[in-house]
Amino acid sequence: MTALLDINQLLDGLEAGLRRILEQRGVDTPALIGIRTGGVWLADVMSKRLGLAEPYGELDISFYRDDFSRIGLNPKVTPSSLPFDTEGRDIILIDDVIMSGRTIRAAMNEIFDYGRPASIILATLIDLGARELPIQPDVTGRVLTLDAHQRVKLRGPEPLHIELQETGQ
Amino acid sequence: MSLGQPYGSLKITGGTLFDGMGEASSNPGLLIQDGKVAALGASALSASAEQSFDASGCVIAPGFIDLCCNLREPGNGQKGNIATETRAAAHGGFTTVCASPETSPVNDSSAVTHLIRDGADSRGAVRVLPVGAITRGLDGELLSDLAGLKNAGCVAVGNGSRGIRNARILRRCMAYAQTFGLTVMFSPENQALAADGYAHDGQVATRLGLLGIPEVAETAAVMEMLLLAEETGVKLHLSQLSSARSVEMLADAKRRGIQVTADVAMHQLCFTEDALAGFDSRFHVRPPLRSEADRKALVAAVQNGVIDAIVSQHHPHDSAAKQAPLPATEPGLSSIESLLSLGLELVDRGELGLAQLLAALTTGPAAVVGLSPGLVAGAVADVCVFDPTAHWRPSAKTLLSSGHHVPVSGRDLSGRVRLTLVNGHPAWADAG
Amino acid sequence: MTANDPSPNHLQLTREGQLRHFLTLDGLNRELLTDILDTADSFIEVGERSIKKVPLLRGRTVVNLFFESSTRTRSTFELAAKRLSADVLNLDISTSATSKGESLSDTLLNLEAMASDMFVVRHSQSGAPHFIAESVTPGVAIINAGDGRHAHPTQAMLDMLTIRQHKGGFTGLKVAIVGDILHSRVARSQIRALNELGAEEVRVIAPGTLLPRDVESLGCKVEYDMARGMKDLDVVIMLRLQNERMEGALLPSEREFYRLYGLNQAKLALAKPDCIVMHPGPINRGVEIESAVADGPQSVILNQVTNGIAIRMAVMSMAMGGQMAERQQKQMNSEGARS
Repeated sequence: MTALLDINQLLDGLEAGLRRILEQRGVDTPALIGIRTGGVWLADVMSKRLGLAEPYGELDISFYRDDFSRIGLNPKVTPSSLPFDTEGRDIILIDDVIMSGRTIRAAMNEIFDYGRPASIILATLIDLGARELPIQPDVTGRVLTLDAHQRVKLRGPEPLHIELQETGQ
Repeated sequence: MSLGQPYGSLKITGGTLFDGMGEASSNPGLLIQDGKVAALGASALSASAEQSFDASGCVIAPGFIDLCCNLREPGNGQKGNIATETRAAAHGGFTTVCASPETSPVNDSSAVTHLIRDGADSRGAVRVLPVGAITRGLDGELLSDLAGLKNAGCVAVGNGSRGIRNARILRRCMAYAQTFGLTVMFSPENQALAADGYAHDGQVATRLGLLGIPEVAETAAVMEMLLLAEETGVKLHLSQLSSARSVEMLADAKRRGIQVTADVAMHQLCFTEDALAGFDSRFHVRPPLRSEADRKALVAAVQNGVIDAIVSQHHPHDSAAKQAPLPATEPGLSSIESLLSLGLELVDRGELGLAQLLAALTTGPAAVVGLSPGLVAGAVADVCVFDPTAHWRPSAKTLLSSGHHVPVSGRDLSGRVRLTLVNGHPAWADAG
Repeated sequence: MTANDPSPNHLQLTREGQLRHFLTLDGLNRELLTDILDTADSFIEVGERSIKKVPLLRGRTVVNLFFESSTRTRSTFELAAKRLSADVLNLDISTSATSKGESLSDTLLNLEAMASDMFVVRHSQSGAPHFIAESVTPGVAIINAGDGRHAHPTQAMLDMLTIRQHKGGFTGLKVAIVGDILHSRVARSQIRALNELGAEEVRVIAPGTLLPRDVESLGCKVEYDMARGMKDLDVVIMLRLQNERMEGALLPSEREFYRLYGLNQAKLALAKPDCIVMHPGPINRGVEIESAVADGPQSVILNQVTNGIAIRMAVMSMAMGGQMAERQQKQMNSEGARS
């Protein structure tokens, strides 16, 4: 199992996929945004790997979560920080794990409140399936199917590694 | 007195007897016949009676006397009336209540006094002694017809919870009442110092931003009244003291031979300003609940007899009167039914002796209004039988008063009145 | 013998410790106060975006229930609610219902019929928001926008946010509050917040007539002399003096008050050189504060407005979130009980 989840292998795949799609779409200067917390670590790595000069953005989607009416406000919300104008930009949105798709929906809603981007490319390190919304990543490091008692989590930032947890039976 | 049928003759056996004269003794028997105490002890035990009551485990005491009770009649009836509130009194073990002059209209004429007495005769469960208004409309300006009030049956005169602003008028009130040997009952409060306050001027009021009534609003008035009473020679009764300093001045005045007596409301002995901490409007009372040091001094003054009587200061209200932000609510508790239970909690905690508690509810107040209670042969059969360990819970179901804003709710209280006899008639009998 | 639970927490917090009403700072611990400040920081960032709205309270109705009019406070609450995407209804009750003899309880019943989710309450009587929180249907959040002399918790928290922005934190800070403490709900909430957040010393500087009884019990030292009180200060908060304080012999004149307790450059020079000057506004220039100080480099009076919106967004979303989480919990419990 650990062999399946070699982080560097996954990052290589993500990088290659992103380069391919940027080239396909003819995007030279994408703006990179990571979703807190895991997505921000990945944004940091990808920004360096893709050689982006511009600092990447950090998104805290607490104010946009659709489960606010069920669990209330996350008490540890931190400010989002987008050090560039999103209006008309080609954006790479990056997160560690995609499952239901709800986080991505919230993140896209938030990005639009900063300004209307020209396009958004979605990149995720791991795709666990189990989608509840019609949202698919453009690039993904690995598609995984977990058993009911398994959880996967990106740990970081130094060293970045993937943890597969066996939860209580 | 309309409630209950006379027993004819009733024999109470067992329990502990406080005859109101001295210490407690075990009760072999107490025979009541034709509204009077017919016999005590062995002779009562051997006598035959139509009915008997087993008072094992209970305390048998003279019926309680309340010097300050609001019956709300005459009035618009929303907050209670003579029928509801005297039944509540009987439930609390009281056989005599002094009716406050703060009615609508105010009891400042013999006509109103007669109205109260007629109401009590036809619908009252306990003895009602009206207190007359010393000034017309309680406005503190013009004297009422005190001779007429006395003749109509007022046992004392006072100004209710409203003070008399002008010291010259206060002095004349006392001098005029003295002419007829009337006792004056005053709640000492300097109105200029109390101003718009409604809470003790202390830590809780400061934290909650409540308008305070400083302690000196009471002590300044106590001092003024004591000096005027000394000068005029009137019999002064200070109603509902709330501070330690007032107790000191009272003790000093008594030592100097001034004719002064005083009472305290039971809630002042049990609660402090902390009761307001959650803006609990029930504890909006006047005078306000003060500090723990004040509470302790008041309890000690009951224990050593400096304070003569404990009163209910029963203030029944309709629910709307208490359902508002605290400053907008009306002051007062519905207290007469739980007074005994709260007193017994003080006894349980060792703060007050049972004998002193009962004295402050019987002989103490009796002396103020010229009654002589006591369970002796030939005395009027005003009796309270209560079980100090039995529990009850104040609730809309158990309370007889129209006012449900009781000092303690949601938990059991110990001290259950089993039987209240007025003139030998059952005014309250515990079915449970 | 305690009559009931004297702590306001049973009313303000859910069983999980989330805010569900915001009535007073009494009983709220440092962690929760810090959460409020942190959340407000995030809302400040939202206020810098091209679209300054987040969808948290979408579909919720917030009623601004002002029994005492205050255009300034009401506007910031209104803006805060709108930036949370709530529908907002402004009711100026001081001029309508209650003056026609309708009781507060009746007014509330009518408002509840409108299916409101939150009442922002300003009232001239201390404890009115507590009363409303105890009376309304469960699920409706109450935010105190100032009650009598009791509390003005959102104003105090926005002041804390301003202090934190300039001083980085509260540890070791010496703060003075100057002026009419007696009538000030803001001062009471500020003293409480500063103590809980760990300020080293809170002073109140005022004449004896403008101090409440036992004021030290709130957690502050009393200083009658302003020159002594300014020494070593990191923060000085000036309170507004109402004109009517000359009545009833609380003060002889505005002139004497300004001479003794007004803040001018000479007095400010006695504090630490980086001491900040705050004022909850609106300012009476020449009564509490000299224009040169109010407009000077140490004054942080203006950015208190931005912080005001962010703090109100924070407590509104936290309280609404607590109410909804509690409702969800109850629903799950009742479903659990059924199955």
